[in-house]
Amino acid sequence: MGRMGRRFVIGVPMVFLLVIFALPFLVVFKISVSEMDGVRFRDLLTWQDGLLQLNLKFSNYRTIFFEDDLYLRAYLSSIWFAGLTTVICLAIGYPFAYFLARSRPDIRPALLMLLMLPFWTSFLLRVYAWKMLLADNGVFNNLAIALGLLAEPVKMMNTPFSLTLGMVYTYLPFMVLPLYANLVKMDIRLLEAARDLGATPWQAFWRITVPLSQGGIIAGALLVFIPCVGEFVIPELLGGPETLMIGRVLWDEFFSNNDWPMASSVAVVMVLLIIVPLALFNKYQAESALGDKR
Amino acid sequence: MKNRAGDITSRVWLVAGFAFLYLPIVTLITLSFNESPLVTTWTGFSFKWYGELVRDVPIIEGFVLSIKIALMTATASVVLGTFAAVAITKFKRFPGRTLLTGMVNSPLVMPEVIIGLSLLLMLVSVQRATGFPDRGMLTIWLGHTLLGMAYATVVITSRLQDMNPQLEEAGLDLGAKPWQVFFLITLPLISQALVSAWLLTFTLSLDDVVLSAFLSGPGSTTLPITIFSRARLGLNPTVNAVATLTVLVVSIGVVAASVWISRMEKRRAQEMAAAFRMSS
Repeated sequence: MGRMGRRFVIGVPMVFLLVIFALPFLVVFKISVSEMDGVRFRDLLTWQDGLLQLNLKFSNYRTIFFEDDLYLRAYLSSIWFAGLTTVICLAIGYPFAYFLARSRPDIRPALLMLLMLPFWTSFLLRVYAWKMLLADNGVFNNLAIALGLLAEPVKMMNTPFSLTLGMVYTYLPFMVLPLYANLVKMDIRLLEAARDLGATPWQAFWRITVPLSQGGIIAGALLVFIPCVGEFVIPELLGGPETLMIGRVLWDEFFSNNDWPMASSVAVVMVLLIIVPLALFNKYQAESALGDKR
Repeated sequence: MKNRAGDITSRVWLVAGFAFLYLPIVTLITLSFNESPLVTTWTGFSFKWYGELVRDVPIIEGFVLSIKIALMTATASVVLGTFAAVAITKFKRFPGRTLLTGMVNSPLVMPEVIIGLSLLLMLVSVQRATGFPDRGMLTIWLGHTLLGMAYATVVITSRLQDMNPQLEEAGLDLGAKPWQVFFLITLPLISQALVSAWLLTFTLSLDDVVLSAFLSGPGSTTLPITIFSRARLGLNPTVNAVATLTVLVVSIGVVAASVWISRMEKRRAQEMAAAFRMSS
């Protein structure tokens, strides 16, 4: 392609992303250390009495780390729920992807379609649907009582259980898809060779299949873990008083307290928290974009 | 493998997995026909809530706005995603390549509250300095396009990687200009991926709550924002009716599109095989 064409093709997405994605992070960082002057932010640099003044305010960060333990508890609890969700998704999703990859080739496209459909249909509505199933007067409790299994409804909604269930449900396809893509490409002859050499199917699975699917495991785990840390909609609809999540804290700082600098500080710390998994994810994506280098 | 126990485990696991994925959807649809306003207490079959929907102004206005934004988002995302995918797959070395791939991949996993907050604060700063843009359809569209572009790039990139590079080289050898090769050879070959990417970003935009909530202004309430604010308060029979319609339309659209795409792919493979046979 000509030099101009090349520059254009690279330049258009680059400029868009720099302005819409990268620049906003700088703005958030700036606002997180800004002082409010009425409804406006004071400029970070001002001239006062002939001197250049630097107006930085780190009190929000002090509040997060030292003064109010709500924030630290919310960060820890978010990481805990995101980690738990990732582990459960892997435990359910790995066998699922494995059996899908080994299913009969003639029904496999239909099964894949079945897997993708919920992924396409509204996530918000599917989370809402769990409310109907889990509520005190919801479908599960009503059924159990009608069948005589329960005398009184069991509280499932607004508990750590309902939150984890909702997150596992929402993010399961994000785990299954990269695992499936990885497992379906695996050379089946390696397993045959292992069997010929006397390995049991179980040994062959743990020593060949799992190590070879490492890339899919990492991709799936990151696709689940990172967005779960900052999840808002699921904790808001299915969580309760025991399920503190940082995404909700940020939302409340912004929408209820109207404290933009505090919301920005919460966001900056959240970015720092996920920066390592995010870098790993980018590395993995870049590698898979260059083709499989095994 | 002749392993009966394994076969049964596999079947049970798949069936249980799909049951888990579809249980909430089936519940949603079934209960939308429940006559009772209590949603989960079945009192009789009725289309009542669908009738209510027609008179529900916030839902209808939100729907119209959401469709407009989704159409604009899907189109912009596919255009930008094609640029980014071509840049990433065709040009292996250029300054800022790592930066570009990083920026295009990060929105896939970045928590939406962070994207929404940061984009809003930037737009507010710009608006205070220049008086433009007001929060509303345009700002929501920008946010959705950022997310949609990331997804579109992934879909289009994987198609470009599978493409036979000789087809483009042949075009260049025969004297076509690079832009001619792109429009006459590359674009038709990746058309299925463009359709998938368009549909995916369309549904993504139609579904988004968090970005829309941060970026919307007075009078620009999208359908998901309306649904979300009702769902927050508790169960609501009109939400079930909207949900059922959405699920039906999206499912039919996706299944139809994927059948069409796989037919096109088969036909193209046959045509290419025939062409190669003739030329050799």
